[in-house]
Amino acid sequence: MSIELLTLIIGGLTIGAALMVVISKHPIRSVLFLIVTFFLISSLYILMNAQFLAIVNIIVYAGAIMVLFLFVLMLLNLNKESEPKTPKLVLFSSIVASGILLLVLIAAFKDSIKITHVHLPQERNMGLVKNLGDLLFHKYIVPFEVSSILFIASMVGAILLAKREKPIID
Amino acid sequence: MNSVDPTFATSIDFYVILASILFVIGAFGVLIRRNMIVLLMCIELMLNAVNLLLVAFSTYYGKGDAQIFVFFIIVVAAAEATIGLSILIMAYRNNKATDAGLFKNLNG
Repeated sequence: MSIELLTLIIGGLTIGAALMVVISKHPIRSVLFLIVTFFLISSLYILMNAQFLAIVNIIVYAGAIMVLFLFVLMLLNLNKESEPKTPKLVLFSSIVASGILLLVLIAAFKDSIKITHVHLPQERNMGLVKNLGDLLFHKYIVPFEVSSILFIASMVGAILLAKREKPIID
Repeated sequence: MNSVDPTFATSIDFYVILASILFVIGAFGVLIRRNMIVLLMCIELMLNAVNLLLVAFSTYYGKGDAQIFVFFIIVVAAAEATIGLSILIMAYRNNKATDAGLFKNLNG
């Protein structure tokens, strides 16, 4: 019983933190609320027996990507409210559009909920490092190697884009 | 067949609805915000909603393949964040602001 209550509380907190990411005015506050959201999602992973992904989520998302965002924010000195106010019409139509999107998503998933009529986690230790590593290095070895090429490309691209270009003489 | 229905929080419905709501919040943020760095953060939020859904289905089916997909989504998200932030730095260097509407000045 307490696990269910815990899951519900964490889910509600996740939605609240995600809303705060969107509606808070300061970009720094948005980043901090996004880190809170990632920690809450990681705790949901732990509740679903996906321990490896919970740790990877914390290390990569909350640790690396969010530090990158914070670093860029402080480097550019953007921690002031420099954003123009959203027009009322845009706000209203965005709320309507997102509500319709939510309706469509839930209506589309309703049948899949009925089809996957499984309720309890089937295998307890599926999300552990041993099983996932087995899967990653046997069945999914080619995408794993291709992702390294992606990383090299993005590294080179980031350096090339952010490099200060030399002033052209003559 | 009338088995005991487990409570809402341990069924897959909870995670489906939660992931849908998180995705919609991310899309809402993309619609209403103008700051480019917040737009990137909203994209990360949407990616995390999809990750949550994938992990939920993986756990409830008892197969690990979807968790590997989540791993690759995290890899792609890291690459995307670095490229997006470097484009943002370049845009800031050119016109001293990070408003997304500034991109309308681009001529190919």
